[in-house]
Amino acid sequence: MTDKTLTPPPHVEPVVFTRDMLDWLPWIEPMAEKDMTERHLASLVDASRVKSPYFRLLARDPDVLEARTRTDKDIFYNPEAGLPRAERELAAAATSRLNGCIYCASVHARFAATYSKRVDDVQRLLDEGVGARFDERWDAIVAASVALTALPISFGPAHIDRLRQVGLDDAAIADLIGAASFFNWANRLMLSLGEPASPG
Amino acid sequence: MTDVIDTLVGIAPGSKLDAIRANRSEARKHAQASYASLFEPRDLAGVTTDERHAIAAFVAGLHGEARTDAFYAAKLPAGLRATVVAEVASARSKGPYGRFPKGPLSVEDAPGPTWKVSDAGAKALGTRLSAAFEHTHMLVFHPRDAAAPALQALLDAGWSTTDIVTISQLVAFLSYQIRVVAGLTTLASSL
Repeated sequence: MTDKTLTPPPHVEPVVFTRDMLDWLPWIEPMAEKDMTERHLASLVDASRVKSPYFRLLARDPDVLEARTRTDKDIFYNPEAGLPRAERELAAAATSRLNGCIYCASVHARFAATYSKRVDDVQRLLDEGVGARFDERWDAIVAASVALTALPISFGPAHIDRLRQVGLDDAAIADLIGAASFFNWANRLMLSLGEPASPG
Repeated sequence: MTDVIDTLVGIAPGSKLDAIRANRSEARKHAQASYASLFEPRDLAGVTTDERHAIAAFVAGLHGEARTDAFYAAKLPAGLRATVVAEVASARSKGPYGRFPKGPLSVEDAPGPTWKVSDAGAKALGTRLSAAFEHTHMLVFHPRDAAAPALQALLDAGWSTTDIVTISQLVAFLSYQIRVVAGLTTLASSL
């Protein structure tokens, strides 16, 4: 049997970057909960993700989903040293803004705003894009995320120097590289397997 | 198995960067597990080893990150490797480009080409890989142009829904791995 793409139900498409909660509607069929084996369920890592069509779709290849998720969690949630959580989220939001992933940007702009308490600055990143200016430290983090994301990759020694000048140590720079790089992974999945929807 | 990112960056055990990566040992371990699950899976399902390596080599070629490119190209049979190199030459571009949903963001639209495999490439790659390469180009350079018909083109070429998940993960993982390698290589040179 040849598979078919799905037609999402009627919905409101978000046409700007936002910190609002969005839904995500798949273009190909996620696994049905009743068809998921122990292996599929374990690949979700968080049991509550069984309610998410995105994760039930990725669960079709469970080993890579589980490894992806555990990579993600350590890059963003490991509190040990390195870059503060707020700035890992800033890198994720900037990367998503540049690639054009409205869904990913909404989630990580919310986190960046929560952890930094700089709600207006985060909103300005969403409204104006990666050309917005904040302060030396945030500008350096956004510029480094852009240089790692845009092709050809232009991240070079000058970016490292600038990050050091605003106070990032080597572990923090490595975290920034991890966060921006990871969102080049996440953005491509979210953008290409379905679409965001504003909650009705 | 040797850690692929460590190998590509040239991170020696006991080096400063080795210690930095050890601070994120779960990310390091599971980035490697992601690689293993894509290229040495327990079950290949609908995507062959050569197809996986061909897509990866195409992604790496498009990024022009020399060491990653050489790593994946070396895993291909010679004929397929030559085809990938030839297609990369016509497919290299700048990114990210693409359109936004119609509305206030339309002023930021940066429309660009939808790349197609050459006639010679299509003959050498066959229907399935040709469709996968065309999808890959979009994912690498203009992912915000993605839409359901692009997935229908993959289904029409003979890939299943599950295969599409695997192919998407391949391209997306490589997009991560290549940037980590580029970023850490730059960091290593300034330690």
